Amino acid sequence: MGVLENKFQDNVIVASLDKILGWARSTSPWYFQFGLACCAIEMMASAASRHDLERIGMMPRSSPRQADVMIVAGTVTMKMALRVKKLYEQMADPKYVISMGSCATSGGPYWQHGYHVLKGVDLVVPVDVYVPGCPPRPEALIEGLLKLQEKIQTERPLTRKSA
Amino acid sequence: MTTTEIKSTISDQNSGAVIENEGLSDNQIEINGSQWLEVATFMKEDPNLSFDQLECITGIDTGDGGSLQSRYNLHSMEHRHKVEIVINHDRKKPIVPSIEQVWRIGDWFERETYDMFGIEYEGHRDLRRILCPDDWEGWPLRKDYEGQDSYHGIVVPKIKEEDGWE
Repeated sequence: MGVLENKFQDNVIVASLDKILGWARSTSPWYFQFGLACCAIEMMASAASRHDLERIGMMPRSSPRQADVMIVAGTVTMKMALRVKKLYEQMADPKYVISMGSCATSGGPYWQHGYHVLKGVDLVVPVDVYVPGCPPRPEALIEGLLKLQEKIQTERPLTRKSA
Repeated sequence: MTTTEIKSTISDQNSGAVIENEGLSDNQIEINGSQWLEVATFMKEDPNLSFDQLECITGIDTGDGGSLQSRYNLHSMEHRHKVEIVINHDRKKPIVPSIEQVWRIGDWFERETYDMFGIEYEGHRDLRRILCPDDWEGWPLRKDYEGQDSYHGIVVPKIKEEDGWE
């Protein structure tokens, strides 16, 4: 912003619209509130006062229509996989998915003999960030969410994608 | 009451209902499947037995093409005695009378055993799968169960013990 810098009063900030949009979008990704197994307990702990997800702008929404991020927290069974897919399809674009814990990432302890467990949620929905752990501690989940925020920040929603 | 006394009480009133089986442990009684509904009603209503609580129904696959079993854990609040009922089913055609209307808790227990072992409880008013989806194929806890290759277009990767991913 070389030319425009210091041309205005002190309380005016000059930046590119992409950057401001990226900043606004990345610092308020509301997540979809649903848990499937023990990872959900850690997700709840992350949202509660000690770790407090709202300080990084994340707030649970109970409807897929209002959510930007889906945190798949727990074991996805075959029965649930269809429903997870449906919920993902109900979310409004742009939407992101975090696969939390080993079960959601690869089937976890059920990867060999779990006849009813989906071997990784990426078989049904596209995943942006994988958070390892069984279950991951809230710090790990927050690390994953910050990675997602970095990813959102680098996106350029106004720039037309080349064909 | 001891198990032996319970056994003799049942066999006195229901001839042919009790099957002698040496392989069972002290607290178990084997019952002839076709008479199970009458025996169950008797066990609940007889004042000396008064089994008013059904604690659990379990299915067992004895393996190697052997029989399937239903096991019922019964307890009497009044007399403080308990017993386990064993019923053997033919593997090809596992059908047994439902006791869902004797002990109401049997409703979901029977649905679960049906879901996992495919044992049909004749007379159950709502015999559907309870845990697996309705369109699931096979009976998962049978020893000869083979998982399905795909479910609604989702591929199920099969893993062998030694080879890793197939």
